Amino acid sequence: MPTNLEIVSPEKLLLSRPVDMVVIPAAEGDMGVLEGHTPMIVALRGGTIALYEGDRITDQLYVAGGFAEVTPERCTVLANEAIPLAELSRTEAERRLAEAEAAYEAADKREGVLEDAALDRVQSARAMVEATGG
Amino acid sequence: MPSLKSLRTRINSVKSTQKITSAMKMVAASKLRRAQTQAEAARPYAERMERMMRALAASVAGSPTAPPLLVGTGKDQTHLLIAVTADRGLAGAFNSSIGRATRNLARRLESEGKTVKILTVGRKGRDYLRRELANRLVDPGISFAGKRRLEFSDAAEIGERVTAMLMAGEIDSATIVYNRFQSVIAQIVTEQQIIPAPPPPEGQAEDSGAQYEFEPDEETILEKLLPQVLAIQVYRALLESAAGEHGARMTAMDNATRNAGDMIKRLTLNYNRARQANITKELIEIISGAEAV
Repeated sequence: MPTNLEIVSPEKLLLSRPVDMVVIPAAEGDMGVLEGHTPMIVALRGGTIALYEGDRITDQLYVAGGFAEVTPERCTVLANEAIPLAELSRTEAERRLAEAEAAYEAADKREGVLEDAALDRVQSARAMVEATGG
Repeated sequence: MPSLKSLRTRINSVKSTQKITSAMKMVAASKLRRAQTQAEAARPYAERMERMMRALAASVAGSPTAPPLLVGTGKDQTHLLIAVTADRGLAGAFNSSIGRATRNLARRLESEGKTVKILTVGRKGRDYLRRELANRLVDPGISFAGKRRLEFSDAAEIGERVTAMLMAGEIDSATIVYNRFQSVIAQIVTEQQIIPAPPPPEGQAEDSGAQYEFEPDEETILEKLLPQVLAIQVYRALLESAAGEHGARMTAMDNATRNAGDMIKRLTLNYNRARQANITKELIEIISGAEAV
């Protein structure tokens, strides 16, 4: 029995279809979701979502962080941004990483929430570079 | 009686104005359609976000360490008003009604002894509010002039800026004032409180049964989720306002085109009368000349 996967970004509904398994980059480690999973709400880090049909990966998308709601019947991913792996550009990813690192340097001097957010951004940009096959 | 030539020039100038207004109406109509599709596309995310928020708020309710984005700073002194207007005019009362609503709200809060700060989104609102409330404006105002398409990151930026102000203790609460798109002819000025976060609407029975596990814990998720909730609220307001703007411009330009049509009719009538009068006058001259001979 497949689980219903939905990936939505603030700008649109990106994907909605049943898959056999989906691996999402949860904040504390990748998580495989099958049908009948315990209800969970998890935070996501930047990383790659992999869709499985049978034991084959059919699709891969990069997400720049967000949240996921898992219930026994479905898995809803609220992504800040989601891009199919094939459409990622290496130069864009590297530019973002450089930008995020600069922002982190700047945030370093102040303290608190801003720094955490900047660190998240660096991490997510780094995942983006990795996803391009670097 | 104006001369025939001056009437002709006037008719021509009104005609070219009419061409411009009817073209602007067409442009507004197609932009409106695009803005509506975009607003439509943003809905699924907002709905799912709300569902998640309900689940979270229920389990964090009453916690003493709840983050300020959710419960405010505990004070109620400085209010931030975010006035969302367009960058361009010629849209009827679209911009001025936001200006007026913001000014009234500011006056009311100040008469209660509160401090008011105003962040403007869109050039027109800034121009309007600068006249009377210049010292309450926060610099720099935000403007999307020259941008083809509104993106979520624009809203996220506004959200981040407001969050930073809140964290720095510069503001205690925030309200966004925007035109909600009701229909092409009706845009409703809406004041929506965004900080502290309004309580999520009561959930349907569908989801209330599920007991969620959280990873990491509820509060960490909430801390990450709240800025996103803020951004999505701003995003929705911006989209509504964009759709409203085009709707308002479409109506305004439709009226202008119709008025120009009426004017052309009237001027043409005058022109023909004047022409007829001239001919009659000349005939009389010829006839009376002939009779005299």
